[in-house]
Amino acid sequence: MIDVVMPQMGESIVEGTLTKWLKKPGDRIERDEPLFEISTDKVDTEIPSPSAGVLGEVLVEEGRTVAINTVVARIDEKGEGAAPSQKPAGAATPPPPIPSSPPLPAAAPAPAAGEPSEEELGPLSPLVRKMAREHNLELRQIKGTGAGGRITKQDVEAYMAAQAAAPVPPSPAPSVHPTAHGEAAPPPPRVEAPKARVEPMSIMRSRIAEHMVLSKRTSAHVTTVHRIDMTSVARIRQRSKEEVKARYGYSLTFLPFFTRAAAEALRAFPIVNASIEGNNIIYHNEINIGIAVALEGGLIVPVIRRADELNVLGLQRAIVDLAARARSRQLKPEEVHGGTFSVTNFGSNGSLFGTPVISQPQVAILGVGVVEKAPVVMDDAIAIRHVSLTGLTFDHRLIDGALADEFMQKIKSVLENWSEQVL
Amino acid sequence: MPSFELRDLGGMGYSEAFALQQELVEKRQQGLIPDQLLIVEHPHVITLGRNGRVENLLAGPEVLRRAGISFHHTDRGGDITYHGPGQVVGYPIVDLREWRRDVAAYVRSVEQVLIGALAELGIRAERMAGATGVWVDGKKIAAIGVHISRWVTSHGFALNHATDLSYFQYIVPCGLSRPVTSMAELGCRAGRGEVVASLGRNFSRVFGRDMEMAA
Repeated sequence: MIDVVMPQMGESIVEGTLTKWLKKPGDRIERDEPLFEISTDKVDTEIPSPSAGVLGEVLVEEGRTVAINTVVARIDEKGEGAAPSQKPAGAATPPPPIPSSPPLPAAAPAPAAGEPSEEELGPLSPLVRKMAREHNLELRQIKGTGAGGRITKQDVEAYMAAQAAAPVPPSPAPSVHPTAHGEAAPPPPRVEAPKARVEPMSIMRSRIAEHMVLSKRTSAHVTTVHRIDMTSVARIRQRSKEEVKARYGYSLTFLPFFTRAAAEALRAFPIVNASIEGNNIIYHNEINIGIAVALEGGLIVPVIRRADELNVLGLQRAIVDLAARARSRQLKPEEVHGGTFSVTNFGSNGSLFGTPVISQPQVAILGVGVVEKAPVVMDDAIAIRHVSLTGLTFDHRLIDGALADEFMQKIKSVLENWSEQVL
Repeated sequence: MPSFELRDLGGMGYSEAFALQQELVEKRQQGLIPDQLLIVEHPHVITLGRNGRVENLLAGPEVLRRAGISFHHTDRGGDITYHGPGQVVGYPIVDLREWRRDVAAYVRSVEQVLIGALAELGIRAERMAGATGVWVDGKKIAAIGVHISRWVTSHGFALNHATDLSYFQYIVPCGLSRPVTSMAELGCRAGRGEVVASLGRNFSRVFGRDMEMAA
């Protein structure tokens, strides 16, 4: 066994990160063939194998950083020479699957076990052996057309193509053969339906995943929920709805009212329209409100720039336009950047209230709960009112609870005392 | 003194340049050619290093497509970066066995080439501890990412000469949320030819190689 060590890549370099194994335990490797990759500051380096043989143990997993001269793997120089001669010809067990993470015991020259010897088939190139292993092929069934009947890469490819074309793919069906003790070999494992399906994340999904965790790691999320009486707004909306639809072609929802109220509150409390950079607080002069839009397989937060300069109609138009273009994936890059605050309207899906994740580097997000009629005690009488449980999720690093509640009181007061006409 | 060839290839697609590097790396490993300094200018492209984190790409595939930016996974060190018109991209193909078998010293020397060239053109640039690359007042002017196979280097550096910096909005350059700058933004009027010549001179000096111009 030859030890493979983390090489010294320079005088000042004391350790390296093993980023990728280019061979699996059991793979045959030639001397100087790339065996693994390491990463030091901004440099990725392929490390060649110090010796020919079969990769035995892998002692350092991908992603680990180890000191130079640490043994990362062992190579069995004798490798495959030893095993095949012990096996009687015809023993056709398929090679065992090679686990990628737990290292194989050093003593197992495993893949060689099922391979026919060279005496039987003539010399085989490492490439042909590799292809046979990877595709689980029985080399004896392949007709060699090379010099002296030798199996070439083309022969393997032709065999695989023929198999793929065959109506019933022939299973590697190991014929039951007597072992040294005369017992029958166990039947091949039954193929069971997989218990899970593996699918790589889309780029959007993995970006959302990373951003969510980043945000949770960055901000101290706290949520405060206020009950807002939306009866005045509901009345105004009811009055204008049909005309808005007739005149402009879009529905008037509650969302632009919440957005307008938020813009006003942001003007009153600039610290909610801020971000943190190091130990500095960046107060944004523009009020750019991101509106969370659900997409198939993800979400995006397009931004309404200078939202405080728009009235309810302007906001509704911007929301409809951004949402439609988000869903048809036609947003321009600048339309999803530069938000200073966000609004998410999970109420439209029936949610009472929620605790959303802040879109970094913002410091707060307004979560709008469903607007519905509910019994409310007013002046010691029970009244039926339109109410919404609306919450502010804020970054407690910058915003304290009392301020967050004042901010919500401002929103509540704007919405409950709504007087501005829509049309 | 051993020599190196400076080849200014002008505009060249990322994949094409990658294939050329691979070919030259192989020839260099076999000792068929001297060290090389390839200079190219890529169309808009965002590349992600082997160990790069895809969340440093801020735009989705659709946004990139519409902005005319292609996206490549690549085998250099470092995280994500952008290349595009106005940027001077250098790919030194150096056999470190004939220089120093020290990848850290190599990266520091590539930085020195850039710092020397910028100094000749009136820009005072520097290193930043723990952040490979070349910096001017805390802004990144050149990025570095290297691949080494059998001690022969490929990939290299990207110097923002007259780069449209707005394209960096699509990424967190090298995974660091630090601002970028360019020679043009700093008021330097040097043309691309002058920049390339200066890089060649400094490469020659720092690596101790005589320069040969190649087609």
